[in-house]
Amino acid sequence: MTSTRSRCRTASRLFLVPALSAVAISATAQTPDPRIGLRAGKFDAQEAAWNLKVVSETRPSEKFVDGINSDITFTSHYAIQGSFNGYQVWDIANPARPALKTAYFCPASQSDVSVYKNLLFVSGEGLTGRLDCGAQGVADTVSSARLRGIRIFDISDLANPKYIGNVQTCRGSHTHTVLVDPKDKNNVYVYISGSAAVRSPRELPGCVQAAPSADPNSALFRIEVIKVPLAHPEQAAIVSSPRIFNNLAPVVAHGATAEGAAASAKMAAAARARGEFTALIAGEEMVVPTDFVTPMLDSIVQARNGTGAPTAADSAALRRGIQGIMDEEFGALPSGLHPGPTQCHDITVYPAIGLGGGACEGYGLLLDIHDPAHPSRLAAAADSNFSYWHSATFNNDGTKILFSDEWGGGVQPKCRVSDRREWGADAIFTIVNRQLQFQSYYKLPVVQTPQENCVAHNGSLIPIPGRDVMVQAWYQGGISVFDWTDPKHPKEIAFFDRGPIDSVRSVLGGSWSAYWYNGNIISSEIVRGLDIFALLPSEYISQNEIDAAKTIHFDYLNAQGQPHLVWPPSFALARAYLDQLERSNGLPSARVSAVRVSLRNAENAPGPARIRALRALATQLDREAGRSGEADKIRTLTTTLRRVADATR
Amino acid sequence: MRRLTIPYESRAGLILLFAAGFGVPEKARAQGDSVAIATARADSARYPYTPADIAFMSHMIGHHAQAIVMSRMAPTHGASTSVRILADRIINAQQDEIASMQRWLRDRRLPVPVPDTVLMKMPMHAAHDMLMPGMLTDFQMKQLDEARGPEFDRLFLRFMIQHHKGAVVMVKQLFGTNGAGQDQTVFKFASDVNTDQTTEIARMEKMLFTFTFGQ
Repeated sequence: MTSTRSRCRTASRLFLVPALSAVAISATAQTPDPRIGLRAGKFDAQEAAWNLKVVSETRPSEKFVDGINSDITFTSHYAIQGSFNGYQVWDIANPARPALKTAYFCPASQSDVSVYKNLLFVSGEGLTGRLDCGAQGVADTVSSARLRGIRIFDISDLANPKYIGNVQTCRGSHTHTVLVDPKDKNNVYVYISGSAAVRSPRELPGCVQAAPSADPNSALFRIEVIKVPLAHPEQAAIVSSPRIFNNLAPVVAHGATAEGAAASAKMAAAARARGEFTALIAGEEMVVPTDFVTPMLDSIVQARNGTGAPTAADSAALRRGIQGIMDEEFGALPSGLHPGPTQCHDITVYPAIGLGGGACEGYGLLLDIHDPAHPSRLAAAADSNFSYWHSATFNNDGTKILFSDEWGGGVQPKCRVSDRREWGADAIFTIVNRQLQFQSYYKLPVVQTPQENCVAHNGSLIPIPGRDVMVQAWYQGGISVFDWTDPKHPKEIAFFDRGPIDSVRSVLGGSWSAYWYNGNIISSEIVRGLDIFALLPSEYISQNEIDAAKTIHFDYLNAQGQPHLVWPPSFALARAYLDQLERSNGLPSARVSAVRVSLRNAENAPGPARIRALRALATQLDREAGRSGEADKIRTLTTTLRRVADATR
Repeated sequence: MRRLTIPYESRAGLILLFAAGFGVPEKARAQGDSVAIATARADSARYPYTPADIAFMSHMIGHHAQAIVMSRMAPTHGASTSVRILADRIINAQQDEIASMQRWLRDRRLPVPVPDTVLMKMPMHAAHDMLMPGMLTDFQMKQLDEARGPEFDRLFLRFMIQHHKGAVVMVKQLFGTNGAGQDQTVFKFASDVNTDQTTEIARMEKMLFTFTFGQ
């Protein structure tokens, strides 16, 4: 990219700029919403924040100015920020002053990034990605210079990453997901999602564009699983291509459950067994009604100049032809594809519970990932309000899953007054008996201008104990922190937003990903760079809850490889649960105050006295649990008190 | 502004002539456009766009425009609630996408088709080789316009399935052309059209079956 424009030179001088802008902060929701009417600007847009504090705003480094920043991954005290130009490694040990460690120029879209130990994985999907990291693109439809798949780097020395290998895939890698199998210490697995066109077999042997019905080796309707031997990561290769979409029955009605679809599939199969006529419609086997079948059978009888009832041969003839007739009547997908997703957009794995969430075009899938090379589908959901299932986040208990809908592909302004609240939103499901049950939608609760691309995008859990709280990027809609503990009533509790990049025209920008990492929220801004925020206490989140969240320490984090959060015993954790009991009236307020005093005294007491005090308090509270509407929460508190006691020397 | 009235397959070359400096009269521009044009030029220096990219971004405007005309009939033609919601969504999505295509063309100082005009001038009734894939013929548009209620629902779904399939074919043709899809915006846009419309086709097929058989 050229850098002859003056603003590029300015940016390169100033790319480490701490936050200077004045930001309006208030603990309670304001009316009108301060996100409305913010002044536009590329690096000087007006900002609004609520229950969040801007810690730093850092512009892209020289070769990444005017690129497209994408996803982020974390290792140690570094944030690795993907970009369509490559990736930048930021040292965020001091979050107020991120320092550039490396800017690795190696263009590819979208450069989705993940880490594991000394390895960095980077996705390449577009037609321009090159094996030699060149910026000139690849013009030929068939070329040995093209990279579509995964690049692998050794980042043992983060200042000097070594490009050690690639795995090429038929559809490239739009996103990928690193799966660390708890049972396998020698390998990690990478699930590849790529929704772009299938490559020519002359470019990558074995790539088949035809539908699976025409060629069982079709690159469509499957994901790729790459196995990476940790001792020899350069030998990483595809080990399986699971067809997780086979026999997928769509659920089109809003809010209907996958069980309903399974029941109707069962009904159709039973009808077929009875000799009735069925056909695949949009991938789902459906019974063709008798009043449609009878005239068709009659016409077959007539065609052979026969009379009377149709014979078995007539029925057999119709059976052979009925799918074609139905395709003619109701349409079949282009080039004979059977419907349903041909790929996932992204997969989130949660190895501790053996589940994965696949966000796969028109469907959200629940996957069993116990056998990492052979994930299988447990359940599927569709939703007539969802355009494009984009990403998934489990709650920590694994009892809920949130899918986002990237309606408009992230480049369109889908948060205007005229855009429905249930379109381009999150859909929250509970997981009951390994099935998905729809609960509600969550959409950024403020309108944005037509100049701001805005839709649900990437986020992660904030480790507030005992609650399901997450932070999510909404492109130029900013970032939204919300509580979805009650899956029917998700509620925003903090936000940050900037005015549009340009006041009159639509320019791609905004937060691609916003993730909690070791005490801060890190956001990858497509144009403006790297933003870091601190969560502030408010009526919705107490300082104790934030302190407890900060006791969770990650050595590394790929947001799509969800770690199980286990809070170490601490007074902050106990106080966080106590604050929650106060908020929900689980204990009388006088009792809450008394317990606070007991906790303070215990904390100030020497070891043996502290242990006695904590155990005594736990015993008392256990007795009170039965009288409370929040018995479980009280028991969680008493368990915490005993764990703190156990950890005391 | 020059209007595109030349046949589908032969427009690209002419458009290149415009790009090479024959130019189209510029309208008054918004402030940010000069920066956008500079950015577009820088992008294009790196990943040059080809006649196939220009043709795709120009023609898809007319293609989308017809889907919008079809969808706008829903409220006045007795469409069912689910078809009206579908039509709303198509209007919303394709209007935004038209704006994206126009922006891409304008930033590169290429002729920018205006949807309604393009549609009126589109030789839909002409020989089939001038018709973009999936486009409804004048006769089909008339059929749809004359239908009401359940008959409108059925025709709307049939024709929109046909129309979306055509868009998917156009994406396939684009990516099958040497040099095409290098431009990041074109690649992303065409990929989005492909996935969004493939997903929507499946949804409409299911709706059509349900309407027909009331299941």
